[in-house]
Amino acid sequence: MEKFTAVEGIVAPLNRANVDTDMIIPKQFLKSIKRSGFGPNLFDELRYLDRGEPDKDCTGRPLNKEFMLNQPRYANATVLLSRQNFGCGSSREHAPWALDDYGFRVIIASSFADIFFNNCFKNGILPIVLDEAVIDALFAEVESTEGYQLTVDLQTQQISKPDGSVIAFEVDAFRKHCLLNGLDDIGLTLQDDELIKGFETKWQQNAPWLFNAGQ
Amino acid sequence: MAGKTLYDKLWDSHLVKERDDGTALIYIDRQLLHEVTSPQAFEGLRISGRQPWRRDANLAVPDHNVPTTLKERQLGLDGIVDPVSKTQVLTLDNNCKEFDLLEFDMNDRRQGIVHVVGPEQGATLPGMTIVCGDSHTSTHGALGALAHGIGTSEVEHVLATQCLIQNKMKNMLIRIDGKLNVGVTPKDVVLAIIGKIGTAGGTGYAVEFGGDVIVNMSMEGRMTVCNMAIEAGARAGLIAVDQSTIDYVKGRPFSPAGNDWDAAVAQWQQLHSDDDAVFDATIELKGEDIKPQVSWGTSPEMVLPIDGNVPDPTQESDPTKRDSIERALQYMGLQAGQAIGDIKLDKVFIGSCTNGRIEDLRAAAKVVEGHRVADNIKLALVVPGSGLVKEQAEKEGLHKIFTAAGLEWREPGCSMCLAMNADQLGDGEHCASTSNRNFEGRQGFGGRTHLVSPQMAAAAAINGRFVDVRDILKEGA
Repeated sequence: MEKFTAVEGIVAPLNRANVDTDMIIPKQFLKSIKRSGFGPNLFDELRYLDRGEPDKDCTGRPLNKEFMLNQPRYANATVLLSRQNFGCGSSREHAPWALDDYGFRVIIASSFADIFFNNCFKNGILPIVLDEAVIDALFAEVESTEGYQLTVDLQTQQISKPDGSVIAFEVDAFRKHCLLNGLDDIGLTLQDDELIKGFETKWQQNAPWLFNAGQ
Repeated sequence: MAGKTLYDKLWDSHLVKERDDGTALIYIDRQLLHEVTSPQAFEGLRISGRQPWRRDANLAVPDHNVPTTLKERQLGLDGIVDPVSKTQVLTLDNNCKEFDLLEFDMNDRRQGIVHVVGPEQGATLPGMTIVCGDSHTSTHGALGALAHGIGTSEVEHVLATQCLIQNKMKNMLIRIDGKLNVGVTPKDVVLAIIGKIGTAGGTGYAVEFGGDVIVNMSMEGRMTVCNMAIEAGARAGLIAVDQSTIDYVKGRPFSPAGNDWDAAVAQWQQLHSDDDAVFDATIELKGEDIKPQVSWGTSPEMVLPIDGNVPDPTQESDPTKRDSIERALQYMGLQAGQAIGDIKLDKVFIGSCTNGRIEDLRAAAKVVEGHRVADNIKLALVVPGSGLVKEQAEKEGLHKIFTAAGLEWREPGCSMCLAMNADQLGDGEHCASTSNRNFEGRQGFGGRTHLVSPQMAAAAAINGRFVDVRDILKEGA
């Protein structure tokens, strides 16, 4: 996994609540057996006026000019700003894969759905929860200021605004450690393999039917 | 010291290690796999040269991409017209062969939607921890198991380590007391809950459902309720083990037998929240107050009783909510204040991991028996949740009732719930659907989903619009 230390970038505002994972990456793109290549289809139904299909080249497709990602001022954005319950719906990790592939490294919202939130950390994306009032202020600033950028520093857990002011944010210590070091969870867990084996032996004695391969 | 909740008990019994940073390693008893969220996990194992930790803990079944017409299914993999879908199903077959995992392949009679197959096979047992790369894994909590959806990275993690890194969730109790009226189903109960607490109401919680309505509910009904816990934001739904649970599990292929059975039952009988357990939040509903529900918008919380009217955004003071209502009205092609009964329908879908079990099909068949699908309904699909559900339904003659009424009887799979196969809504079409999500485009590009119970979907099929199924069932009584 790519290390995450700090990101300085353009903020793209997606001003709606309950952005669901079907919206982030529609189901037809879930048929891919790869982890990459989802970026051109991120928010496909909002971004394009026609219906997207896997393997369809997106370069000539008609764009929905109203959608913010199609506005030049938000080109190359790396920070996505949205509202409550971002990432609700299915467990598809294709959602963070698509956001990452497009270039987003940070998502700021007032709340996130649990599975999506967790999936972000597995893919080097930092989801940040801020109060609704702070989010309101950010939307106002982003929408009124072309080229609005934020600097997000994971080490210090601070977001720096263009006016020099700073917003602090919370992040779970383990997840922070993994992001900062680009660590692979599986390798870390396997350091405890003796502990897992010990648990498993006792557990099997206690409930042998759970180790029943079917009849 | 306060007693433990059911979630606390399941958590404690599976705790391998508490880490200094507040996370924990939790042992996983069962992983269910399907073709959509597993290929990248298997690829990860290959790249890192790892093997599954415990092969017998896994059970795989393709469900999302499989075609549902008999003609296509009879052709096997060649019957999957879309080459991308076909590759995905074939990839699951190949991965299960390569890593030696049990798979019910597309034309195995036990194949079906992963969340229907697990309980049906006894592969879901009380007291287990169960994961699957699918958010509707919450379904299995109906059997007193700790079950929730995970992402693909975690699928790989569980394959490789048999553990999951978790932060403990908070405890919520949703109690539904009293009795349900005739024509009001578990689907209406869970939609009413989501309408009340919202799609983020359960975020961060393991939600236990209790109260008389749950105690008196069938196991399949409990699965419907837990299935949609995720639509209330809760990754895990839970229901205490009682005699209904034990009776349901007995004699299934993966269930314990002989001496194991007695030992298992003794343990399972402890799987309930203690009387003095403390919940972080409690929500209460009265069964008598719940009416048949119909979702009108593009989020499961946008739901109304059958006699309701679509909301008027001008009456909403919160700007974000007002904006959501306006967007939903526009997408759904509805007018503020419009009666639910006035929505013109085009298609009907009966099936999914929410409502594709035998009791659902029986309930729908009872409503359509002796009637015909209305002229304005272009397609009404009945898709059983598994091959065994299909066999049972055919044994009871339900398929004949459906086809005589003009509904199509299909082969098992996820089908139009998320439309990854050919079963889809056209642009602008309204569908009465027994599935679980009404997001924009969920059932097809531009499709408009209305979530309802199997009875309500059946009544909508024969009337061409939403009607109160309580009136039909009263007349029939």
